[in-house]
Amino acid sequence: MSTFLGMPTTAPRGVGHLRGDRTFPEAARDALKNDQLRRNLRHATTTIRGKSGKVIAELPDWQSLRDAGSAIKAGVLAQLPELLEQLEARVTEAGGVVHWAADANEANAIVTGLVRQTGSDRVIKVKSMATQEIGLNEALEAAGITPVETDLAELIVQLGHDKPSHILVPAIHRNRSEIRDIFLRAMPGVDPALTDDPPVLAAAARRYLRETFLSTTVAVSGANFAIADTGTLGVVESEGNGRMCLTLPDTLITVMGIEKVLPTWRDLEVFLQLLPRSSTGERMNPYTTMWTGVTPGDGPQKFHLVLLDNGRTAVLSDPAGRQALHCIRCSACLNVCPVYERTGGHSYGSVYPGPIGAVLSPQLTGVADNASLPYASSLCGACFDACPVKIDIPSLLVHLRNRVRHPAAERAAMAAAAYTMDRPKLYASAQRAAKLARIAGRRGRGLPPPLSGWTAGRDLPEFPKQTFRDWWAERASHPEPASHPEPASHPERAEET
Amino acid sequence: MSSRELILDRVRAALRDAPVVAEAPRDYRPAGAAPPDLDVLVDRLVDYKAEVHRVASAEVAATVAGLVAEGGAVLVPPGLPEMWRPEGAFADDGLAPDRIAAADAVLTAAAVAVAETGTIVLDASPDQGRRVISLLPDVHVIVLRPDQVVASVPDAIARLDGRRPLTWISGPSATSDIELNRVEGVHGPRHLHVLLLTDG
Repeated sequence: MSTFLGMPTTAPRGVGHLRGDRTFPEAARDALKNDQLRRNLRHATTTIRGKSGKVIAELPDWQSLRDAGSAIKAGVLAQLPELLEQLEARVTEAGGVVHWAADANEANAIVTGLVRQTGSDRVIKVKSMATQEIGLNEALEAAGITPVETDLAELIVQLGHDKPSHILVPAIHRNRSEIRDIFLRAMPGVDPALTDDPPVLAAAARRYLRETFLSTTVAVSGANFAIADTGTLGVVESEGNGRMCLTLPDTLITVMGIEKVLPTWRDLEVFLQLLPRSSTGERMNPYTTMWTGVTPGDGPQKFHLVLLDNGRTAVLSDPAGRQALHCIRCSACLNVCPVYERTGGHSYGSVYPGPIGAVLSPQLTGVADNASLPYASSLCGACFDACPVKIDIPSLLVHLRNRVRHPAAERAAMAAAAYTMDRPKLYASAQRAAKLARIAGRRGRGLPPPLSGWTAGRDLPEFPKQTFRDWWAERASHPEPASHPEPASHPERAEET
Repeated sequence: MSSRELILDRVRAALRDAPVVAEAPRDYRPAGAAPPDLDVLVDRLVDYKAEVHRVASAEVAATVAGLVAEGGAVLVPPGLPEMWRPEGAFADDGLAPDRIAAADAVLTAAAVAVAETGTIVLDASPDQGRRVISLLPDVHVIVLRPDQVVASVPDAIARLDGRRPLTWISGPSATSDIELNRVEGVHGPRHLHVLLLTDG
């Protein structure tokens, strides 16, 4: 594919974590066999749905907040160039340095270079989807710099040589006794008598990371938002590891997707209500840190903001698809998704799993590189209802399915169907043939190859005993109402799971 | 072409359809919609495992002294009102992090509190100090005046200056990372005490 300078471009291959090595159905088939995984996921998602529903019900104006959040985000995209320039100006005035990264490779090179300039061979990290997306940890390690994940779930993933499986809680696939086992195996200096009581596990992480927080001079973070009219950045967190990283080091490097900018300080009044209640199901998360450039004598004295494209402009270029960029990474859509709850996050192959991942990842990489993801859904619509910024994920999935290149057999079948349906006589005989096929006994066994892919994840509907055309013809020849034939049996609805 | 120009060109090209977006509807409860309810604040603080003490200004120093062990070291920001300081408290004058971490407790004022969410915001004013002093000690004691309490998040946003370093605190340090249940006590202070003044 040739690239023209200045044209929206998808995220490059060979770097970062937006593409899996297997298709969703292949990976999901294995995940479904893992009973422990399914128990852990069911327990965690049930817990969070209950908590979130309860605190959302406390707000009488939740739907108005969603409407505002959705409209503010649409407005951000429409005036993105101006907002980014304004943000850059405000951050620079406040003593920060703004960098622009066209893709993952450039972002990794910028951050690695900045860390090298400090002379440090270690960075402490706040959990950040953007740095996961670009594979920053691998890039830092290749440059001889040790990235230390400080979020408890990220630490569990890093110590377990595992992959994140959830936007908010990357270790959601692990239960407490698995976490204890990982700590016993991989955490230096851990108490061998460690129990699996969650407060005990949290205390072990506190002891393990304290010295690292106090002795590391560079931190890398993401950002939940950046305010264009003040230059303020914000990180929303729970444990205090974010405060440590954003306060203690001399140098702070923040990597943020260009869509995270908000126009005004006042807009925060919407998102600080939507985000905690949708994500951790709390009225407010324990800690939020906001900073504007550099404050003399308080916090990092050097601040770098890296603005990341990495495929976002490609998403933006599709007027129907761009609403995926409204996402505030709350993960509510994962927690309500019947597919996610059963397959887990790893099946999606990308750092963005679940319903939002199924619409965001294929757009960031180009649909061809994540062609199975738009099908990783039953289109039940729970994600749309749960989304605090009202992203119409089901419609986006259908939109993206139409952009996937369909298999040759399916394309041929669809072309044949279109030809047949345009020609009434041919259509009537095709229907008779379909009846014959039913009599031939394929019912319940799906379609024969090469169309078997179509019925691998769907039931083939049962054909009615009588076609509408036959019934109509029969009715015309017996006009008496008494002679109505028995209505054709209603075809069983294909039950989607 | 710099990456800055490249990205801005890409964004402009992506917006060739020139989307027209109406002004965002703001039909939610705005700032000033309701007066703050102190009982709601206390209820929400307690729900997230903060301990609330309703005391008069003159009782602050003694109350704080009672929260730390005999002879315990209490750190205070340089601009904390004198009458609140417990005996023997030491003020931050640019202390090294290990000195701050060694304090048994830190005592600060606050900028704003949100009743509906049980949130207290510090804005690094002289009576609250640098962000780091309220982070490293294991016990954080916050003195709150009733006139600093607002009803909702929009009220707090209207009062705060976004260009100051802000720390929004809702209960002690916690995590939801183990089975998505809230557990108190990770890297930040594991104990949060709120002294809500009865005499403004």
